[in-house]
Amino acid sequence: MVENAGTEQSAAPAERIPFMQRLLDNPFLLLFLGVVIPTVIYILWGVMEIAQIPLMK
Amino acid sequence: MANTAVGTGVIGTLATKFRTCPATGLQVDLAAQRLIKANAVAAVVFLAIGGLFGLMVALTRWPAVHLLSSDMFYLVLTAHGLDVLLLWIIFFEMAVLYFASAVILSSRIAAPRWGWVAFALMVVGGVMTNVAVLQGDSSVMFTSYPPLQAQPHFYLGLILFAVGALIGCFIFLGTLVIAKEEKTYEGSIPLVTFGALTACIIAVFTIASGAIILIPTFLWSVGYISNIDTLTYKLVWWAMGHSSQQINVSAHVAIWYLIAAVTVGAKPLSEKVSRTAFLMYILFLQLASAHHLLVEPGLSSEWKIVNTSYMMYLAVMGSMIHGMTVPGSIEAAQRKNGFTRGVFEWLRKAPWSNPAFSGMFLSLVMFGFLGGISGVVLGTEQLNIMMHNTLYVPGHFHGTVVAGTTLAFMAVTYLVVPLIFQREIIWPKLAKWQPYLFGLGVAGISLFMMGAGTLGVSRRHWDNAFTDALLPYNYPDVASLMMGLNGLSAIMAATGGALYVVIVVGSILFGKKVDATNAVSALGPMPKKVVQEAVSKYGSAGTWHLPGTYVLVAIFFGSFVLYYFVNWKYLSELWPMQ
Repeated sequence: MVENAGTEQSAAPAERIPFMQRLLDNPFLLLFLGVVIPTVIYILWGVMEIAQIPLMK
Repeated sequence: MANTAVGTGVIGTLATKFRTCPATGLQVDLAAQRLIKANAVAAVVFLAIGGLFGLMVALTRWPAVHLLSSDMFYLVLTAHGLDVLLLWIIFFEMAVLYFASAVILSSRIAAPRWGWVAFALMVVGGVMTNVAVLQGDSSVMFTSYPPLQAQPHFYLGLILFAVGALIGCFIFLGTLVIAKEEKTYEGSIPLVTFGALTACIIAVFTIASGAIILIPTFLWSVGYISNIDTLTYKLVWWAMGHSSQQINVSAHVAIWYLIAAVTVGAKPLSEKVSRTAFLMYILFLQLASAHHLLVEPGLSSEWKIVNTSYMMYLAVMGSMIHGMTVPGSIEAAQRKNGFTRGVFEWLRKAPWSNPAFSGMFLSLVMFGFLGGISGVVLGTEQLNIMMHNTLYVPGHFHGTVVAGTTLAFMAVTYLVVPLIFQREIIWPKLAKWQPYLFGLGVAGISLFMMGAGTLGVSRRHWDNAFTDALLPYNYPDVASLMMGLNGLSAIMAATGGALYVVIVVGSILFGKKVDATNAVSALGPMPKKVVQEAVSKYGSAGTWHLPGTYVLVAIFFGSFVLYYFVNWKYLSELWPMQ
């Protein structure tokens, strides 16, 4: 453990990858966003509005 | 021939049969190559069939010709929409996905056998739906709104086709994972592959939406479900129907970058900016589906405006970014190639005789000016009321899907044939003119349909004269002129389309084999290293000295603003304020 800690301390600090870069390099996170956003804003919201239309009596 | 020889080598960690492309130096997995060929051929077959149907539609709507009977008109119009809007486009997009992953990343393709399963499902589904339409009992239009009901195999064919396409999307994603694991590229994926990823993500949403609505509709057609709510159907169907066209936008923008890279060695002006523009597509482009529902009384203005205005404008901004960065990257590359005189030498001396370049540039210009501007107008709730369900709508989407996507796909075919089929293009002089012929024809179709739509001519209507109507109505005479010009434009576009099919099929069958000795004549003069760097490596052009592009962008913005406000002027005349 001590040796490992020493090794980590001696290594150069890794360059922090910006958030946008990490987002753009993650295809499955993009896939999640690309499916969830239109599903919520377009389909679910729209279906909720249609469901609230009163039925003809 | 030495460097085109096929060998069993190692890409990553697994033994794979591959060849080295003489023009780009990329490693091409032969399993991916076969899948690309199969999907591209199927695409061209359905383009030929669907294009012929399109010509028949235009000749019927031309009052002086009025080619088809009413029954045949609606049958042919249904088949036209299916064959060109879904089958041609999505088969070609499967080829693009496999190319942008396996070939550009020099990776082995994931699960090639599943690729053949996907292909078989798509072919069976496509043929089944066509058969259903041609049998005559499924003339329900591309949209197939209930209570119109088609034969069960119409819906089943669409479902099989969608499942096949979904498998293709996951093969693309799997190939990205393999390429990363096996370190066939360093850092981020290239921009062209990122554009294809955007198309893939939108495709997954599109196909899932299609499944959600088409499976119950299929069950309704066989009698297991008693009723399909029309408005819910419209809402969910358009998440497929319009989003499928957003797959096209992402794919053809990726193709613009690809063609610019191969033909003039263009690198993106800024990788970050172009990727952010694609991110805008991923997050917001599908929401534009709502513009088909802008006159539905059951949906609130909040839902309509959030989806079409607030969110759609973010996606439009993405398109406008690409509209600047693609010509900008070409200008940057051309200036680097030595064309530095004046504002436009880079454009004048661009390779206009290369059909890949000319097709790409025409696609770029027409997508922006015809399809893009009209799309924003149609997506504005207040303005939409003037054009809703008129011929303006097909005028708009012929500007996006045909002038934009189809022309871009045609253009890239002139690279795919030598790169993947390894054949030279036959009849290069005819090929040089093909994009202009098709492009001008389609521009005419788009403009004249939009013109007729502005005069109130309805879409999807067999008889412009309303001869059977109880209440007589006549469109203005100039509407007939517009429909005649639309018919002439359709003949020109069909001629260009037929030329494309003949040249491509002829090249595949009879073209001279491409190897290291004739790669330059087949693809263009750009050095292999430049092309490889531009296509398959992350990196920006590193300059913003683009005076010509700034002038072009200013012209576009001027036209956009002018046209947008002219339509508000029309609206004020429609409902004058007292």
